[in-house]
Amino acid sequence: MPVPAPYDDVVLAAPVTVPYVRYSIKSAHWFLGRAVAELLAAAKIPKARIDGLAVASFTLAPDTAVGLTQHLDMTVRWLDHVPMGGASGIVSIRRAARAVQNGDADIVACIGGDTNHTDSFRRNTSAFSQFSQDAVYPYGSGGPNASFAFLTAYYMRTYGATREDFGKLCVAQRDNALKNPLALFKKPLALEQYLDARLVADPLRLFDCVMPCAGAEGFLVMRRATAEELGLRYVRLLGAIERHNAFPDDPVQYRGGWVMDRDTLYAQAGVGPEDIDFLETYDDYPVINVLQFEGLGFCREGEVPAFVRANTFEVGGSFPFNTSGGQLSVGQAGAAGGHLGITEAIRQLTGQPLGAQVPSARHGVVSGFGMINYDRGVCSGAVVLAAARP
Amino acid sequence: MPERAPRPQPKNPILPTRQATLPPASRSRVALGLTAVAARGRFALQVCRDCSAVQYPPREVCRSCLSHRLVWRPQDGKGELLTETTLCAAQELYFRERLPWRIGLVRLDAGVNLVAYLHTGVGTAPCRVRIETALDRAGQAALIAMPEKRRPDLSEDPKLRELTCDPRGRKILVTDGKTSVAQATVQALANAGADKIWIGEAEPWKKVAGLEALRELRQATIVPLDLTDGGSVQKLAGEIGGKVEILINTADHHRTFSIAARRGVETAQLEMDVNYFGLLRLAQAFAPVLKARAADQPTNAIAWVNVLSIFALANYPPHGTYSASKAAAFSLSQDLRAELRPAGVRVINLFPGPIDDDWDQLEMPPKLAPAALATAVVQALKGSIEDVYPGDVAQDWVARYLDNPKGLEREAGEGAR
Repeated sequence: MPVPAPYDDVVLAAPVTVPYVRYSIKSAHWFLGRAVAELLAAAKIPKARIDGLAVASFTLAPDTAVGLTQHLDMTVRWLDHVPMGGASGIVSIRRAARAVQNGDADIVACIGGDTNHTDSFRRNTSAFSQFSQDAVYPYGSGGPNASFAFLTAYYMRTYGATREDFGKLCVAQRDNALKNPLALFKKPLALEQYLDARLVADPLRLFDCVMPCAGAEGFLVMRRATAEELGLRYVRLLGAIERHNAFPDDPVQYRGGWVMDRDTLYAQAGVGPEDIDFLETYDDYPVINVLQFEGLGFCREGEVPAFVRANTFEVGGSFPFNTSGGQLSVGQAGAAGGHLGITEAIRQLTGQPLGAQVPSARHGVVSGFGMINYDRGVCSGAVVLAAARP
Repeated sequence: MPERAPRPQPKNPILPTRQATLPPASRSRVALGLTAVAARGRFALQVCRDCSAVQYPPREVCRSCLSHRLVWRPQDGKGELLTETTLCAAQELYFRERLPWRIGLVRLDAGVNLVAYLHTGVGTAPCRVRIETALDRAGQAALIAMPEKRRPDLSEDPKLRELTCDPRGRKILVTDGKTSVAQATVQALANAGADKIWIGEAEPWKKVAGLEALRELRQATIVPLDLTDGGSVQKLAGEIGGKVEILINTADHHRTFSIAARRGVETAQLEMDVNYFGLLRLAQAFAPVLKARAADQPTNAIAWVNVLSIFALANYPPHGTYSASKAAAFSLSQDLRAELRPAGVRVINLFPGPIDDDWDQLEMPPKLAPAALATAVVQALKGSIEDVYPGDVAQDWVARYLDNPKGLEREAGEGAR
């Protein structure tokens, strides 16, 4: 496959987070509107300077990005609604980058956010997709817990991964989260707690499952010259991939679209997995983390157990991973979850982390994964980001 | 005779009566194709007419060649259980009240994945299974993975037993004990372990030998019930309505004539009075109490059975007015089904062909023995279906009906003179 054109001097800047709460009486519009306000404050620009908008949200209905432009009274010349859940942030970058590179927009605000009412997760899950409504949800209404239990049980059986392997990742993420004041989880997690937690959907136990909450994330995509004019700290976009409905003939999902596109990603970026200083994965369940380790070339297929046992995953460890704590320890604010790793990577590469700083971080990979439409996650994507001065 | 099922303890009147909860009932229209086959106890999937690719979940166009010519075709259901989980948390109340649930992801040999309930007889993944359909308490199709080699009853699995209306240990009303079908049904229910059977008797001064013989049954109690008399129906509902768990309407008034064969409407009116208005009177009196007790386990109301006729599908002119009364009853049963569904009470319709009794004397064999129809009633209750076409003639008619309803109208009309 030919390598796509380089992104030249496309940069990402102004990472913002609207603090997460477990439940909110506010609507998605509130969280997304707050995200835009935070972006304007962070970039010190007037609203009119933003002429592009990419929006991801599960709970914005009946509105889409269109309704949001009027709700927030924003006049833009480039608009995208990206209904891709955990892959939405990556896809927004990929589209916004080409828009600013080619002059279709000057500054694109990429925002993802959702509210969470006491019964909204059930209502969203019950009507998540036609296939899910017809052929999954009526069988026990387990939601994503059930789907990821299938994947986890299959992966453990096929590749010999153990609960301890997954637990090691969850414990490391919690350690990272304890240093992040915006993480909803404030207590340390011991491996024994992880292993002994109550069963949710065998083999998944409580700390394997992401906690839905309300919140939003956002960042700006622009050309380097614009960022320098505004005096913003920025990161460079070196490469970006997305893939949807990869490997439909695999009986059970044991790999994602990254496997198809990672060579393209690294060729476009001009760096390889060995150059990467930290990884931010989409982590609603630990099994999906390890598919990203393999898919993005950090270890070979089936070698995850050995890779996990040979590395440490805290910010100061041998393989810094989900350095803000990830969704499993920060919370899953709906579609914001697909942006959480991006804002954290921008912060790490611009020296302004919420928690601990990865030492001398030059390159980071952020990965997205989303939409269990039926029996597997359909959307995947990843970006390679680099600090401003190589 | 099977041993008597143990009766549950009397209900504590201080405790609240449980309200019915249901599994999610929303389906796309195309997915209702699976409900249609499950209602008859079949398993079928969409198959592409152009490239033969099997489809699941149900689709509008072929997943392979994008043809829109998809048709539902029977499947053997054989495949491999790839992976499984036991849910210990659920979002919907129905499942939450019944945790844990064992479900699995099955790869059919036909090349599609499906999510299914796992029967307790299925081993751990990976293993071979066979998919069957059932109707869940919301009346929608449910896929069940069974052991590949064995054919266990759903009732062997305590969770899946709830998808059935197994008469064992149940209290049942059979509305008209004077028909040979009702008498055979009472005997079959007793053999299946029913705890108590009330048998309705209209016009008690007309003695019928077969009904007299049932007085000897330990489970049986004969009660006055005349479906043409609203007061009689209301009185019985007041006496036993709060106890009936399964109602089986066997009342049937059958005369054989076409439009031209008789003057006046009095005989046809009596057919309607029993077959249609009788059902309406029963439904008005009993359906509300059955609904109210649908979740009152273990003595909850679970099913309503109508013995209709295959002539409800298309008019059979030699029995023209009878056909019309059964068509009316069939239509009303669809209303009853819709009104009982929110409570999870199943309405089962049987559509027998000619029965081997006096009113079908002039019909050519094969005719359905009353005992065979009774067996069909019990099997329908023990299974998880709602439309039953017992016997060869009924099977022939329904096949013609599903293939070409207008064609069946013409074929049935060939008997007219």
